[in-house]
Amino acid sequence: MRIRTVNCIAILLGVLVIGGCSTLGVKPWQREILARPQMALNAEPIDAAIDDHIYFSKEAASGGRSFGGGGCGCN
Amino acid sequence: MLLSLLLLASRSALAANGGQLLDLAALKGQVVYVDFWASWCAPCRESFPWMNRMQDELGRDGLVIIAVNVDHDHSDAEHFLREHPARFRVVFDPDGVLPGQFGVRGMPTSFLIDRDGRVQSRHAGFRLTDRDPLTQQIRVLLHAH
Repeated sequence: MRIRTVNCIAILLGVLVIGGCSTLGVKPWQREILARPQMALNAEPIDAAIDDHIYFSKEAASGGRSFGGGGCGCN
Repeated sequence: MLLSLLLLASRSALAANGGQLLDLAALKGQVVYVDFWASWCAPCRESFPWMNRMQDELGRDGLVIIAVNVDHDHSDAEHFLREHPARFRVVFDPDGVLPGQFGVRGMPTSFLIDRDGRVQSRHAGFRLTDRDPLTQQIRVLLHAH
């Protein structure tokens, strides 16, 4: 009986936790704050440009520093 | 759970407001270009001069451009519009009801709706090289009837 109660509580807690995640996530049109310059990992443009050059030449990766473009991979 | 239920309830209440923001039924018979934009979206700046030109050139043929702004802060949108004046309709949707309904996956995204009210194409992003193909698509829809 006691194990059953514990199980019930565990399941209930599990369901509660799942419900809590249902509304998470930033939508593309909610990136307002993320797109601010203050939110960039590196605010120094020259430093960022040098880093970008390294990433591009070593990893063939570019962009993705800020969210101003919208994150659809099309800008 | 209660919280998420409350959120869901407020969302469905908001969804009901979507129709008031943008009444597509009233625009039936015209080709509608719905563009989702925000002040913080860099490519949106490039799309405004093109949309002005489209509205000027093709408005009399039955093109209606509606730009839906999704800024939370209305003053940000006003500031953007002062720098990039719009000669087409602008709808303000700070709660993000319409982008949710349209299924916007990136900013900017535009939808081209034909004279029968059907969404004919969706375009994500905006580059200057997109202008000609988009203009062509609009022209095709305008002359479809």
